[in-house]
Amino acid sequence: MIEGILIGLKTALSFQNLLMVMIGCFAGTIIGMLPGLGPMTAIALMIPITYGFDPATGLILMAGVYYGAVFGGSTSSILINAPGVPGTVATSFDGYPMAQQGKAGKALAIAAYSSFAGGTIAAIFLLIAAPSLSKVSLSFRSPDYFGLMILGLTAVSAFSSKGNFLKAMMMCVFGLMLASVGQDTLSDIPRFTFNTMNLSDGISFVLVVMATFAMSEALTIIIKGSDPTKAAKQISLTDLGSIKINKEETKQMAKTIPRSSVLGFIVGVLPGAGATIASFLAYGMERNFVNKEEKEKFGKGSVQGLSAPETANNAACSGAFVPLLTLGIPGSGTTAVMLGALLGFGIQPGPRLYETNPEIFWSVIMSMYIGMVVLLILNLPLIPYIARILAVPRTFLIPMILFFSVTGIYLMSFNNFDIFLMIGIAVIATILRLYDFPMPPLILAFVLGGLMEENLRRSLLISDGSWSFLWDRPLTLCIMIVIFGIISWQGYQSVVKK
Amino acid sequence: MKINSVKIISLLFFVLSAFYLYTAYQIQVFAFDENSAFNAKTFPIYLGYAGMFFAGLKIVLPDRKPIEVDPTHLEFKKTILLVTTMIIYGATILKVGFFLSTSLFLVFSYYFLGERRWKYILIFSFPFVAIFMYLLHGLLAVYLRDPLLKYIGIMG
Repeated sequence: MIEGILIGLKTALSFQNLLMVMIGCFAGTIIGMLPGLGPMTAIALMIPITYGFDPATGLILMAGVYYGAVFGGSTSSILINAPGVPGTVATSFDGYPMAQQGKAGKALAIAAYSSFAGGTIAAIFLLIAAPSLSKVSLSFRSPDYFGLMILGLTAVSAFSSKGNFLKAMMMCVFGLMLASVGQDTLSDIPRFTFNTMNLSDGISFVLVVMATFAMSEALTIIIKGSDPTKAAKQISLTDLGSIKINKEETKQMAKTIPRSSVLGFIVGVLPGAGATIASFLAYGMERNFVNKEEKEKFGKGSVQGLSAPETANNAACSGAFVPLLTLGIPGSGTTAVMLGALLGFGIQPGPRLYETNPEIFWSVIMSMYIGMVVLLILNLPLIPYIARILAVPRTFLIPMILFFSVTGIYLMSFNNFDIFLMIGIAVIATILRLYDFPMPPLILAFVLGGLMEENLRRSLLISDGSWSFLWDRPLTLCIMIVIFGIISWQGYQSVVKK
Repeated sequence: MKINSVKIISLLFFVLSAFYLYTAYQIQVFAFDENSAFNAKTFPIYLGYAGMFFAGLKIVLPDRKPIEVDPTHLEFKKTILLVTTMIIYGATILKVGFFLSTSLFLVFSYYFLGERRWKYILIFSFPFVAIFMYLLHGLLAVYLRDPLLKYIGIMG
């Protein structure tokens, strides 16, 4: 393991990769800060640029963007009470009241230190957990993988749908349908191409991500007539107050950070859970841990109330990489985008990545840590300047997002058809968004579609067409029981509870 | 059963799934693969049925939290203008070239969204695209097709 860490450090600390981490953190912070635009949009906008680099550098850039976007989301939560990402909603409960009390600088510093500490502790857990789980997952067979993919889709649908499980499942099927367009991987038989050459290679992953996130988010802002930067015009973004934290506050954070980190990491590893659930759970847990006097302060600018969700959401981000790197199965929409990018580089994450591409495996883990250091030393002092991006009017913001989306596809294919297809999917996604159809299950299903079909093919061929493979192996059976539990719980919530 | 927009979307998805299922059955597989446990049309067939199943449930089951979007509060005009601009941008980017089509797309988009400060409109269109092109084409060596600039002799 030590050797691996050194390989990772060597790759991550090269001049080019350090520069990429810095650019990634900086760009991610700016994009993540804009309400409505989260890490998925930030990463999606970066993908076409990363294809010009080697895989390790590209992934390092995206990891930087990911952490930067989460940090940026906290900034808008604290300053204007408009969380950039769902994972930072809980941050606004105490962060915004602190900012209203004239302690915006302090709130941002608490958020930054907590994120750093949470991310650091989780990175250590990741260092230990990932190689061990990689070895265990070598014993996984096709039925187990197929079951895990169904579990991932079901869990993401259950957690991301806010009570609209059926809508999320429809989005899963829609994502799988889009993934099935193009030639069959084994027989090369064209499917759903309608005799057009443009579809014979299938629909590009970048195209779907850009259309369903970057572009449709921009169109949703326009059609709803909302102005994400309106709140920023009502506060001073240049005078944020001191960023110093006193002894008492440090003491309070020292108690909160370890427990929120552990909770955040565990929740992050679970498929579908992610940063949002981790931050809410950590906030609730912290409220139960503190004394009565401190409990009264929750919601009014409590240091622990701000530190807990910030620690947990960053720890969850690291935790989400465990299933991605060890099983090749993303547990969230954001890691699904990362998986799509990895596949674009020709890398198949999974248990063998640890053996076949150790430099990528370790450099991603090490660059996550370096990214957090960069966020702390670069972004915190620069926040008063970066925060001005919140005041950029939507009349400039939206065309820029659309321009980057169209350019991204244009650079990849130099094909009008892809641009038109992207606009079409974006319009459909915008209508679906208006009626609360969640997009993360669609992306996760689109990314997993090919792998899912492959594993189902192997399982069915081995079992001679019988579906008994779903309960023949104890591990597959356990996974199926969990899936059944999630579906039953969702059914109970939507039908019986009513 | 109360008809609302979500039910209509679900119905459309049901129809899409049915069409997908029909098309899946039409996929021509190799003769030796016809009776195999898994062939090129197996997975799409399952997907077609799954789509019809979930959409059917959504149509039949009552909505716990019905969502109704008031169309009078939606900005259709701006959205349609912007989408049309994007389509024209997509249609011209290869023929006219990246620089001119992108710059014009930005100018029209800013204008349609209500921006009237021409100084900023012009700064964040032509010079902005030129800098972007220099970074991508000049520094990162990413190929950008631009017949117009090539004809003038600015781009190689």
